[in-house]
Amino acid sequence: MILSAEKKKLLWQDQFGISVTKDQFSVALAGNPNVGKSTIFNALTGLHQHTGNWPGKTVDNAQGSFYHQQKSFLIVDLPGTYSLLAHTVEEQIARDFLCFANPDVTVVVLDATCLERNLNLALQVFEITTKVIVCLNLMDEADKKDLVIDVPSLERELGVPVIAASARQGEGLTELRNKIYQVATGALQTKPRQIIYSSEVENALQDLLPLVADIASHTLPPRWIALRLLDGDQSFLNSLSNYLDIHQTSFHPGWEESKCAQ
Amino acid sequence: MKGAVRIDPLADLSPGSVCEIVSLELSGLLRRRILDLGIVPGTLIRCIRRGPSGDPTAYLVRETLIALRREDTAQIFVRRLSNGEECV
Repeated sequence: MILSAEKKKLLWQDQFGISVTKDQFSVALAGNPNVGKSTIFNALTGLHQHTGNWPGKTVDNAQGSFYHQQKSFLIVDLPGTYSLLAHTVEEQIARDFLCFANPDVTVVVLDATCLERNLNLALQVFEITTKVIVCLNLMDEADKKDLVIDVPSLERELGVPVIAASARQGEGLTELRNKIYQVATGALQTKPRQIIYSSEVENALQDLLPLVADIASHTLPPRWIALRLLDGDQSFLNSLSNYLDIHQTSFHPGWEESKCAQ
Repeated sequence: MKGAVRIDPLADLSPGSVCEIVSLELSGLLRRRILDLGIVPGTLIRCIRRGPSGDPTAYLVRETLIALRREDTAQIFVRRLSNGEECV
């Protein structure tokens, strides 16, 4: 999934209203509602994006930036969602960003007190991108509830770095910055755990993948697209055709003409 | 008393009672949505209160309060664990 810096800049500006400079790494923050994404966003960027203890207060993408080891990182705070299988506007925004904007790193923020439900979203993100970091936030709350989380085992199971944090207390943020840096630069390779579906679904995927590879052309996640095609997810199909349309017209000027000629 | 476990629709639960999800007889997007909220077989769910006109009803699931419509909870089947005239 390689998108040239120039194309990426255009795409981000046009589609998501976000200006990323050429030498900046991009980081997306995803997670369930009310897990402290905005608190982490503020702690990393030093901004004061509104935070509050109610769900749904980030309904659009908020952006900020920070420097770490002489590198600049653009960070995008996505709306909180339980899923990326788009039934709500928030889910659609988060899904389209992860799928089409192709951030260098995605940090999935999980509520350490409610891992079971939160991991659902993490597994979905794993299907879209390999460059993922899991941040277990609200570790202080988990402590209060006498919950003990075996972080090294979770890391092994998930195949991505897992960082324990309490963003309100400022704990775990240095490690998070370090891991973001390592994953963005490629110094640390991640291999997120993939869900294997029933043999019927897997066979159908194998049939679809060669066809999807054509439209995905190294910038979109083929397996994810094939899965959504199997779902018949109309909302995603609309976003996909919209993206392909814009992509083709703005980046290959000749394409419009060839279409007219037909 | 042992024997056949009684299965009821979630919609029949009264406020205060707790039950365990047994099956979801929903399909498509709605099923996906319910699963994404963490409502899967085995999950404990507590009925908290009904809306002013008896619908929707607020349920506590994995420490999050979620409102569900009766037409949907009628398709979610549960085993009662506590309260009211349950437990046989």
